[in-house]
Amino acid sequence: MRNSTIFIIFAATMMLILGFLLIVHPAVSSSEYQKRTSANRQVVERLGLTDICLFTEAGYTRHVTQSDLFSAFRDHPGAREHLPSGSMFGPPPRFEKQIPSRNMEK
Amino acid sequence: MKRWFERQRYFMDFAIASLARGKVKNTSLVLCYALVVFLIASVLFFSASIRHEAVSVLENSPEILVQKVMAGRYAPIPLEYAEKIGEIPGVRRVVGRLWGYYFHPAAGANYTVMVPTEEEIADDTAQVGLGVVRTWRVADGGMIRFKAYDGTAVALAVKQAFGAETELFTSDLILISETTFGKIFGIPEAMATDLAVTVRNPREWRSVAEKIVRVAPDVRAITREEIQRTYASIFDWRSGYVLVLWAGAVLAFLIFAADRASGMGAREKNEIAILKAVGWETSDVLSLKFWEGLIVSSSAYLIGVIAAYFHVFFFPAPLFEHALKGWSVLYPKFAAAPVFDLYDLAAVFALAVVPYSFISIVPAWKAAIADPDAVTRFS
Repeated sequence: MRNSTIFIIFAATMMLILGFLLIVHPAVSSSEYQKRTSANRQVVERLGLTDICLFTEAGYTRHVTQSDLFSAFRDHPGAREHLPSGSMFGPPPRFEKQIPSRNMEK
Repeated sequence: MKRWFERQRYFMDFAIASLARGKVKNTSLVLCYALVVFLIASVLFFSASIRHEAVSVLENSPEILVQKVMAGRYAPIPLEYAEKIGEIPGVRRVVGRLWGYYFHPAAGANYTVMVPTEEEIADDTAQVGLGVVRTWRVADGGMIRFKAYDGTAVALAVKQAFGAETELFTSDLILISETTFGKIFGIPEAMATDLAVTVRNPREWRSVAEKIVRVAPDVRAITREEIQRTYASIFDWRSGYVLVLWAGAVLAFLIFAADRASGMGAREKNEIAILKAVGWETSDVLSLKFWEGLIVSSSAYLIGVIAAYFHVFFFPAPLFEHALKGWSVLYPKFAAAPVFDLYDLAAVFALAVVPYSFISIVPAWKAAIADPDAVTRFS
């Protein structure tokens, strides 16, 4: 078999797998995820939840939306952000005007 | 056209045979290249999925939350604020919420303790999420003991209230009654952690939030829109980890491309000279080099993206668990919903495949226009 034939078969197979994963898999599993989303929405509405439970290291990472700009630094004066998950997200957008570097850029 | 395709296939045959001569080197190159694509695609898949899940589910979060701020810190809010806020036109309902955090030293985990506003819970019972069951090592029906603010112990019977499907939102939740909350945390009566304000008309959220701050200047109002915007920007490319990963990936792609641009060794120059000597055109040599680059980079891209898809959507992204968990003990077990942005995949393709395929054309062109006799004689 020619080298090009082997590569074309390989590339076509990989593209078929990728196509299946990007198009068919989301469609097939959508009902399961819709069910989960609906269950999550009900819990969020019933309990008035505001955040996902992804970073449970500290209050300001657990409830990102409820935090303020000082949360990460309140352990002692001059304390720096020290939790790994604190670097996964920026400050809530409502604080954008209060970030000194952004104001200096303007 | 058929002739053109057949010609390209011959170039592919030759390019693959040429790559196969350095089998170990080129296989390692494809695997390393695929690993970089895998890492960046995994981050993109995971962040798109979490963003989508958070933004779509938090559509049902409270319309406005009101926190009292004292000396730059949160403080419990007196329930009398609810009466003042309730008089603002457009406000349907104001409810005081009681919630806080409890650190359990033996488990080493932080939990969110809440009093549900819509339902009654027996004073000696705690309804818990799966993460609590796992980390506190307690079964349904068992007992958990809290050390209250005054040093006394409060024992509660555990009832597992949330299933695996809601774990991303409820894993660390402990629901208790209002009386038990007071016993554990000592929050004074007629005080709440914050207030949830119901405003049905979304167009009024912002104006009501402004009015709340006017009515009670020592509070902060957070709208549902702000909650959703916060999660829409989570894992943003500017956030630390993601920025480092992106920078690493871009540098790696640049190094791969630079290595290819400058890596025209004596063997390859000799090969090009021989091809020219036996009658290949310069354009043929360039086509050959393009195919070599395309075969390596596209194989790595396909392998990397497929592996990333399996990593994130078929397994719960185990490689990220460590980074996301950080120093915490409790981490939810959840399957990411297969949601992604095709634009992101196209960007990775443009970054991974395009430069690598085209970068070798310039050195190949330089080698191809050299005199074959001189190259073969002095190599």
